[in-house]
Amino acid sequence: MTMNKADVVIVGGGLMGSAAAFFLRQRGRSVILLERDQIGQYASGVNFGNVRRQGRFLGQLELANRSWALWKRLPELIDDDLEFIASGHMRVCYREDEIAELEAYAAAPEAAQLDLKIYRGAELHERFPFLGKDVKGGSYAPHDGHANPRLAAPAFARAARRLGARIEEKTEVAEVQKVGDGFSITTTDGRQFSAAQLLITAGAWGEKLSAQFGEPVPLETNGPQMAVTEPVPYALPTVIGVYTKIPEEVIYFRQIPRGNIIIGGGYRSKPDMLNRRAYVEPRSILNQLDQMRRLVPGIGNLNIIRVWSGIEGYLSDSLPVMGPSGTVDGLFYAFGFSGHGFQLGPGVGDVMAELISTGSTRTSIEPFSIRRFAPSAEQRSKAS
Amino acid sequence: MATARVVIVGAGPAGVRCAQTLVAAGFRPILIDENRRDGGQIYRRQPQGFTRSYATLYGTEADKARDLHESFEHLRAQIDYRPDTLVWNLTPGQLCCVSQGEHSTVDYDALILCTGATDRLMPIKGWQLGGTYSLGGAQIALKAQAVSIGHRVVFMGSGPLLYLVASQYLKAGANVAAVLDTSPLGKRIKALPKLMARPRLLFTGMKLLAQLRQAKVPVHLGISPLQVLGEADSGVSGVQVQTARGETLTVACDAVALGYHLRPETQLADLAGCLLRFDEASSQWLLATDDAGRTSVSGIYAAGDGAKIRGADAAECAGRLAALALLQDLQQPVDAAQVAEQHRALKLMDEFRVGLAQAFPWPAEQAKALPDDAIVCRCEMISAGELRRTVSEKGACEVNRAKAFSRVGMGRCQGRYCAQAGAEVIAAAAGIHVQEVGRQRGQAPVKPLSMLTREVTP
Repeated sequence: MTMNKADVVIVGGGLMGSAAAFFLRQRGRSVILLERDQIGQYASGVNFGNVRRQGRFLGQLELANRSWALWKRLPELIDDDLEFIASGHMRVCYREDEIAELEAYAAAPEAAQLDLKIYRGAELHERFPFLGKDVKGGSYAPHDGHANPRLAAPAFARAARRLGARIEEKTEVAEVQKVGDGFSITTTDGRQFSAAQLLITAGAWGEKLSAQFGEPVPLETNGPQMAVTEPVPYALPTVIGVYTKIPEEVIYFRQIPRGNIIIGGGYRSKPDMLNRRAYVEPRSILNQLDQMRRLVPGIGNLNIIRVWSGIEGYLSDSLPVMGPSGTVDGLFYAFGFSGHGFQLGPGVGDVMAELISTGSTRTSIEPFSIRRFAPSAEQRSKAS
Repeated sequence: MATARVVIVGAGPAGVRCAQTLVAAGFRPILIDENRRDGGQIYRRQPQGFTRSYATLYGTEADKARDLHESFEHLRAQIDYRPDTLVWNLTPGQLCCVSQGEHSTVDYDALILCTGATDRLMPIKGWQLGGTYSLGGAQIALKAQAVSIGHRVVFMGSGPLLYLVASQYLKAGANVAAVLDTSPLGKRIKALPKLMARPRLLFTGMKLLAQLRQAKVPVHLGISPLQVLGEADSGVSGVQVQTARGETLTVACDAVALGYHLRPETQLADLAGCLLRFDEASSQWLLATDDAGRTSVSGIYAAGDGAKIRGADAAECAGRLAALALLQDLQQPVDAAQVAEQHRALKLMDEFRVGLAQAFPWPAEQAKALPDDAIVCRCEMISAGELRRTVSEKGACEVNRAKAFSRVGMGRCQGRYCAQAGAEVIAAAAGIHVQEVGRQRGQAPVKPLSMLTREVTP
C-alpha cells in the first residue's frame, strides 16, 4: 500500500509547485505534489517566457535576483534544458516623459544588480536599428532574457521526482483541512493524503483553497494572448517590450534561435473556468499586428502561424500571494502571480522550501503576504 | 424566416449544392471560399485564360463538373459570393475573414461548414526532400496550372486518388515511373462486396488501373515504403520500397507524390467547439454530426469531406441535406421526398466509404516501423526518434502534451499533415491504441495570417 503521508503536500503542479517540490527534496523533506490536470498546463506553460527582472515592483527585485541566480545555474541545476538565454531585455517607450520614469527605475538602489542602461535618440536607433521612429527611449537590461515555458514546470517536476518527490497528476483536491498538528487532504477520487505542512501553489485556483481556510483574496482570472510567427533567420536576440500606460500599446516579443518570433500583450481574454479553457480574442491578434508594425516597421510579410491563451490568476494589486498563512500554522501560499511569475518560478520554489523547512527566509517577501487582504480589526468589529 | 443570416464556408460540391438548396427556399446565403474560383478541389476550375476542355480536365467526371459549375453560375446573382477569402478564426456568431490582406467580420445565425479535405500522409524517410508532394498537391499543379511536379514521377501510397492522379498525369503526357500501392490485392478482394455499392465507381477505378497497365506503367501492390532517395541540395532522385515478395525495389525519379486517401479539414468546427468522434472504419477523428449534418453546436452544420470522407458525389447530397436540415430547424417547409432521396443515396456511399477504407487501409503499422532518423514534422523538422523520446523520457502519451514537448504539429501546417502520423508514432511508443492518445486541438489561425493584415474600416 502506498503511504499517502509526507512532510509537505503541495497542491498545484505549476512552475511554483514543481520548483518547490524540487527544492524541498534538496533539503531532505518528503514531498507529495498533487496536480488536478497535467504539470505546467495552465499559466506556467502558456506564458510568454520572459526571464525579465526590469520593470518589476522594486520590492520584488530581491526575489527576482535570487531566481535569476538559479536560472543561471540551468541546465545543471535540474539536468534539463529550458532553452534559457540571457539575451538582454529592452523596455522601450513612445514618450519623452516615460524615459524619465525608466531613468528613475534604473537609478533605484533595488535595481543596482540589473545594470540598466538608458538609450534615447540616435544612440537608441543605432543600437536597435529595427525599432520604429515612434520609439523615443528605452531601458536595456543586459542580463535578463527568455526561456521556453512549455518545458519549465515539467522539467522541475521530473527533477523533483528523480530526487524522490511523489508527483500525482490527474489528482484533484476536493477538500483541505487542518487536523491536529497537520493537514488532511481529500481528493475527488476519494483518496486521503496527510502532511505536517501544506503548500498551496494552485495559481488561478489558489483562492478557492485559501478561502477554505478563511483567507479569501480578490483574485480574478485572465487569459494571456500569445502569437507566434513562422521561423525566419535569427536576427533579434534581445527581448523587446513596450512600457506604456495604454493597455493596447502593450506589446512584447522575443525571437528564438530556431527563428520563430513569439508575440504577446495587449488585451486579455476571460477564460471559460467551467471547461478550463481560455481563448485568444481575434481583436487581440489584430491589435498585436498593429502594434508590431509600429514597434518594428520592417516586420513585413511574416505570418502568424498559431495563437494561444491560458489561465492566469491576478490579484487586485497585481502582486502575488506568497508566504505563510495569516491564520493557520503550517500552511503556506504561493499563487496568483498576476502574469509575471515565470521568471520568479525557481526563486519562489527555493524561498518556499527555505521558509517551510526553516521557518524563515533570507529574502524579503513581506509585500506578498496574504495578510494584506485580511479585513482590518476595525472592519472586523464593524462586521460583528 | 428567410432573414436568418446563413453563411456557407467552401464552394466545392457540398457548398454549391447547399447554397442552391437554400436559394430555392428563398434565402440569400453568403458563400465564402478560400479559392479564387468555385468548384472546390475535385472540380477545381482552371485560372481565367486557360482553355482546356472539360473532358481534358475532369475525364470521366466531366459532366458532373460542368453541371456543378453551371449551377454555380446560375446562383451567382442570388447569393453573396466572397471568393479569395479565408475564414481564419471565429467566435460565437461571427467569422473572422481575411481577403487580400484586409480583415473583416461576418455575422451569422447559421453556419454550414463545407471545408473539404486534404491529403492524409504517412511519413517516410526522406520525404522532406524537394520534389516530394502530396497526391492532392500533384493534382492541383496539373489541374490549375497544367504542370507536372517532375519529369519522372512516382506515385506512392494507397487509395483511389493514387490511381486517379497517376492516370491524369499519364493522360497529360507526363512520365509516370511507377505506381506503388501499400495495399495488397487481398484487401481489395475482401472489400469487393461493399465496393459493389457503387458499381460504376468501382468500374471507373478498375479502368484507371487498366489504362496504367496498358501504358506499361509498373504497378506494385502490397509494397512497404522504405525511403525517398536524394540529397538536400538536389532533391529527390528516387524511391526505395520493399515489394510484396520481400525484395528491395529502387525506382529512379525526380518527384514523388504521396498520399493515403484524405483527412477532413475540421479546424473551424473545432474552434467553434463542435465535438469530434473517432471513426473506427478510417481510424481517424471526424466531426460528430447527425445523419443530416448537424454538429454538436446548435446552428452549426457540416457537409462534404470536411464532415465525412465520402467523395464528391456524397458531398453534393450532404450539402443539400445540411441545407434541408437547417431549413427544418428554421421551421421552413421542406420536401420530405427530397430529404429521403439524399439519405438513400448517402447510404450507398457510406457503404462504399467503408469498403474503400478496407481496400486501401491507413498504414498505421508504418509509423511503428519508421526509423528514428525519419522526419515526422517537416515544418519543424522533428524526427520520429525525438517524438518517441518525449514518450519514453518525458511521459507524454497524449498528443497535445507530446506537441508541447517535441514541437510536432507546431509549425506552418499546424499538424494538418503530420498530426495523424505523429499520433500513431506516440501510440506505438506508448503501447496504447491511437484513439487513446487523442487528437491535436485546433488553434487559430486556420491558415497562416499575414502580419500585414489590416482591419477594413467600414
